[in-house]
Amino acid sequence: MEQKNKYSIIIPTYNERLNIALIVYLIFKHLRGVDFEIIVVDDGSPDGTQEVVKQLQKLYGEDRVLLRPRPKKLGLGTAYIHGLKHASGNFVVIMDADLSHHPKYLLSFIKKQVETGASIVTGTRYVKGGGVHGWNLMRKLTSRGANVLAQTLLWPGVSDLTGSFRLYRKSVLEDVISSCVSKGYVFQMEMIVRASRKGYHIEEVPITFVDRVFGSSKLGGSEIVEYLKGLAYLLVTT
Amino acid sequence: MTQFRGRAYQKHVLKIFSLLVVISALWIGLLQASIIPQSHTWLLPIYFIVSLGCYGLLMVGVGLMRFPTCPQEALLLQQDIGEAKDFLKQRGVDVGSE
Repeated sequence: MEQKNKYSIIIPTYNERLNIALIVYLIFKHLRGVDFEIIVVDDGSPDGTQEVVKQLQKLYGEDRVLLRPRPKKLGLGTAYIHGLKHASGNFVVIMDADLSHHPKYLLSFIKKQVETGASIVTGTRYVKGGGVHGWNLMRKLTSRGANVLAQTLLWPGVSDLTGSFRLYRKSVLEDVISSCVSKGYVFQMEMIVRASRKGYHIEEVPITFVDRVFGSSKLGGSEIVEYLKGLAYLLVTT
Repeated sequence: MTQFRGRAYQKHVLKIFSLLVVISALWIGLLQASIIPQSHTWLLPIYFIVSLGCYGLLMVGVGLMRFPTCPQEALLLQQDIGEAKDFLKQRGVDVGSE
C-alpha cells in the first residue's frame, strides 16, 4: 500500500506583508501535484501581514493556507511548536518568509527524502550547487570561521549548521524540538546537532540563499559572543 | 551513557574527553619511555595545539576562497518576484510596495 505524504510548511512571519504573498505564490507554483499546506505563524505584525494572508486564503483556499497567529513576537522555537500543533501533514518543512529560501528547492527536499528515507533533509549553502548571494567578504569570513569552529568542536555531521530551510518527519521534529532551549540561530544549530546525536538519518541538499537584507550585518560583537556561548552550551549538553 | 527512548548515546563532550585522555596517556608514555629527547617531548602539546590552530586557519582560508556564490540567483529571484506580483495583483491580493 503506497503511503501518501502530506507536507506542512511552517512559515513564521513578522512584518512580511509583501514577501508572504510572493512566497505563497512560488510554493504553489513549484509544488504542483504535491499534497501540502502552508501554516503562517504571524506574531502580531503591525504592517498588515495577516490581512494579506487572508486574501491569499480566499485565492488558494483556507485548507491550503492556514493562518495561525500569535499576539506578539514570541520567538522562533515556539513559533514552530505552535505551527506543529496545527500541522496535519506527516512531514514538516520550516523556511524563512523573506525569500532568502526559494520554494523551488522544496521538490529537491521531497525527492531526497523519498529516495533515502531520511528523517531530516537540511538545506546547505556551503556545498557545490549551493551558494550565497549578498554577503560581503567580512560576512563570508565570519560565516566560514564560525562553521570551522563548530565542525571542530561538535562533529555535527552536516555542513550547514545554522541553516533554517529544512524538511523533517513530523514525529522527529516533535521529538527534537522538545529538548531544545536555545534562541535564534543557535536554536537551529541545537536542533540539527541534537537530531544528529539521537541518530536520526539526516541528508543534505544544496540550496542557494539570497540575502536581501542589505546593510543589516547581523554580526556585531555581541552576536559573536552569543554564538560562542551557544557553541559551548552545545558542546557540553549534547 | 545517555538514554533516550532506548537510543543510548555517549555525550559528545565525553567523546572528546576520552580522546584527550588517550592523547595524554600517549604523551606521558613518550615522556617515560624517552624514545624522543625529553626537551622535545615536553613541547609536543604546544606543537599539537599550534598545528590544530594552523589547520583551522587553513580550513577557514580555503573555505573562504571556495565559498560558493550565486549571483544569478538574485536576478532569477527578481524575475520570480515580478511574475508573482503580476499574478497576485490580478487576483485581488495586495502586493503594493511596502
